[in-house]
Amino acid sequence: MAGFDKVVTTYEDALSGLKDGMTVIAGGFGLCGIPENLIAEIKRLQTKNLTIVSNNCGVDGFGLGILLEDKQVSKMVSSYVGENALFEKQLLNGELDVELTPQGTLAEKMRAGGAGIPAFYTATGVGTPVAEGKDTRFFNGREYLLEEAITGDFAIVKGWKADRYGNVIYRHTAQNFNPMAATAGKITVVEVEELVEVGELDPAHIHTPGIYVDRVIVGTFEKRIENCTTSE
Amino acid sequence: MALSRDQMAIRVARELQDGYYVNLGIGIPTLVANFIPDGMQVMLQSENGLLGMGAFPSVENVDADMINAGKQTVTAVPGSSIFSSAESFAMIRGGHVDLTVLGAFEVDVSGNIASWMIPNKLIKGMGGAMDLVAGADNIIVTMTHASKNGDSKLLDVCSLPLTGKGCIKKVLTDLAWLEIENGAFVLKERAPGVSIEEIKAKTQGRLIVPDHVPEMVF
Repeated sequence: MAGFDKVVTTYEDALSGLKDGMTVIAGGFGLCGIPENLIAEIKRLQTKNLTIVSNNCGVDGFGLGILLEDKQVSKMVSSYVGENALFEKQLLNGELDVELTPQGTLAEKMRAGGAGIPAFYTATGVGTPVAEGKDTRFFNGREYLLEEAITGDFAIVKGWKADRYGNVIYRHTAQNFNPMAATAGKITVVEVEELVEVGELDPAHIHTPGIYVDRVIVGTFEKRIENCTTSE
Repeated sequence: MALSRDQMAIRVARELQDGYYVNLGIGIPTLVANFIPDGMQVMLQSENGLLGMGAFPSVENVDADMINAGKQTVTAVPGSSIFSSAESFAMIRGGHVDLTVLGAFEVDVSGNIASWMIPNKLIKGMGGAMDLVAGADNIIVTMTHASKNGDSKLLDVCSLPLTGKGCIKKVLTDLAWLEIENGAFVLKERAPGVSIEEIKAKTQGRLIVPDHVPEMVF
């Protein structure tokens, strides 16, 4: 690599340095906008005892769900895991720890983590099991919870297009958690559908500026659809 | 007769106003989109990052990158916007969404709602529901009045882990429209042909029945 060129050409290089016990933040919502090849590479690497921060945990056999098959995940931080039978089984067995986190709080935890904000107050979760053990404080007569930021050893992100400098744009609702995840990794790896020339992306339309991105790799994607609903 | 799912959606749709930004939860709330009155502009917010959700796509327009919060493939209407999850929840938590409609397992007379967890049974997670109920002023809960076993879902105190505390003021069940005021459910309307006695029998929490309780008309 030279200068701002972030491109790597193998998935091995893309995840170089990933070790057992690390925390990985993953973008995606359901199966939409997930870094499916980076997840597959984690499976190939057989890295264990991972903490995965992601809104969902894929489905059985695809997305983050495949990391459960060989018990690579010791803890998930997610808002919704209802699409995954293996997840529920490992959780009920005590093989997997889960920190169920409200979706907006999860997004904000990543955003805060990437922005150097160690914690923030939110009304979300007050009076619920989410509030257990957390500090609360009243502002203007309303009670708020103190939620701590999240950072990861790695962030794995799915973009649409990127240039060599790591400027990224996302496609449609495949954006979701990806921009926040990208800011919150010590090493942020973005896999994209298309690499474009530096200067080709309109600077004002870039979703993730290259400063957050350490590695860029071009992949091919299955883009599996969870619920295909049509007007017919 | 208890309301059908479509009738529940029709009743909720009567609460819409021109120019509203609305978040519809999964299930009956989603059906409300089918009954937006002609000539009224309503923009649907989907918490995965879409403001201006449209209909399901035609088969040839299905796009894996274009989904709603229920992970269904959708389209976007002209004038829509797409953004990150943090932006989406800034809208929700910042109180910018005019109306939120969502389902629940239980609500109680203090405006508490339980909708996400049955201990030792169902572990799915709260998704965006805790953010939605904490962030919105105007929330309608839609649910059946009682379980299949006949257990009331309108309680003095929720028995399940809460989704939000003191945040619910309006409830539409298959039997009635109720509002929560001063520690009680106030019966505002009843489903066509449903007696006040039946509603009383199926409401465990404190219920106030005004002198006149109109029947809904469809």
